Amino acid sequence: MANTDAIVGWKTITFGCHVMEPGNSVNFRTGDWRSQRPVLDKEKCIKCGMCWIFCPDMAYTQTEEGYFEADMEYCKGCGICAHECPKDAIEMVTEEG
Amino acid sequence: MAKRVGIEVSIAIAEAAKLARSEVIPAYPITPQTHIVEHLSEFVASGELDAEFIPVESEHAAMSCCCGSSAAGARTFTSSSSQGLSLMSEILYIPSTMRLPIVMVVANRALSAPISIWNDHQDIMVQRDIGWIQTFAENGQEAFDLTLHAFRVAEDRRVSLPMIVNIDGFTLSHVIEPIEILSQEEVDGYLPPFKPRYKLDPKKPITMGPVGIPEVYTEAKMAHSEAIKASKRVIIKAWQEFADMFGRQYNPVETYRCEDADVMLVTMGSISETAMTAVDKMREAGQQVGLVRIRLWRPFPSQEFRRAAGKAKVLAVIDRCLPPGAVCGPVGAELRSLFYKVPGSPKIFSFVAGLGGRDVTVERFEEIVDKARAYAKKRPRELFEVIGVREK
Ligand code: SF4
Ligand code: SF4
Repeated sequence: MANTDAIVGWKTITFGCHVMEPGNSVNFRTGDWRSQRPVLDKEKCIKCGMCWIFCPDMAYTQTEEGYFEADMEYCKGCGICAHECPKDAIEMVTEEG
Repeated sequence: MAKRVGIEVSIAIAEAAKLARSEVIPAYPITPQTHIVEHLSEFVASGELDAEFIPVESEHAAMSCCCGSSAAGARTFTSSSSQGLSLMSEILYIPSTMRLPIVMVVANRALSAPISIWNDHQDIMVQRDIGWIQTFAENGQEAFDLTLHAFRVAEDRRVSLPMIVNIDGFTLSHVIEPIEILSQEEVDGYLPPFKPRYKLDPKKPITMGPVGIPEVYTEAKMAHSEAIKASKRVIIKAWQEFADMFGRQYNPVETYRCEDADVMLVTMGSISETAMTAVDKMREAGQQVGLVRIRLWRPFPSQEFRRAAGKAKVLAVIDRCLPPGAVCGPVGAELRSLFYKVPGSPKIFSFVAGLGGRDVTVERFEEIVDKARAYAKKRPRELFEVIGVREK
């Protein structure tokens, strides 16, 4: 669910329902309805960053070793990264539970 | 005080939009609104008006552009009619909840089928609940004045809502009337520059038009609903100031010879002027008949209407819109709701007249009053009646 702390009443809702704070989606967990998660095979990965470029939720960040890791708070499991990876290094695995 | 000049009402409206210093005009021409837009494009082309005129590819695009330009903080004007207004429909609900003060003149016209370019109110009644403030003009001077009033109200920071001025297609749009065109200084004195509460600005980014999840959608709509209700005070005050400056007084609801009237006609728009002639005629014949004209349609001026018509025994409400399969026309339904279970309230009879350019004559108004009197004694079989339809 969305962060219910941020929910306001009709008197306190922002003017015109505008979002006044740019980039505030980082404050919301948006990945909890995912049914699949991307799992990386480091043996195959060439660190090209295509997954990072294509991820529509900007879930990927680069690690110190140069690999790309998706933040499961924001990954929605769409599989675009797996589809775009030129080395088939990402496998979409069904979430359990 | 400026002199009155003989001028086509559409051109007078274009003058009003020019005098208001409109900054962006996205518009698509459609009969009978064409002259308004055409004249504005000429003003922009000749340099008389320093504005962006955007000749869009459709009305859907026109209203989308209006949203963008208003959101960017530009004073925005457009105009449409009938099928064009319907094509805007998807977008019309957006600027109102987003509180973008676009001003639009709608030259009211029937909807197809059959194809009709002529006047009635079906086009705007489809858009009744878009959440825009809506007024109806009775004559050319009023069309000019209400257009200026619309900018003033819509952009008032306490209101910040889009606003429609309805003018009857052809009956007003294409008629030459004596109209007092205010000077630039006068208009500047009435209408301050547009200072939006929020605008799209790369230096201070905000998001307009985000997703409203189920947890906030109701609150967003409620905030809009309360804003339009609260706008009534500003609407009335802006009319008062207009009267103080230019001598013409407008009210949300107007009465004509309603003193001691047992039957009152209820109208909106230009047929009100014929209705006044009909009332004069019936008064001369000794009938206690009056007329109530609704100028402010949204927000509906409930208190003002009750005050104006609450003492009548019978209200004969004329809708210029036939809603097939409905209980009655939208204005009739509004008034029945308004007076529902109010003790001593008038009996309300709903009539549909003046569809697709059919004239509503003095004789028709007399017929309506006669029928309403008869129905007050013996209830009609139908909940609304179409006037002037050939039964054969
Ligand atoms: S697209 Fe594939 S190969 Fe490229 S960085 Fe991502 S996982 Fe590695
Ligand atoms: S599955 Fe979709 S959302 Fe998740 S990391 Fe890959 S591209 Fe991004």
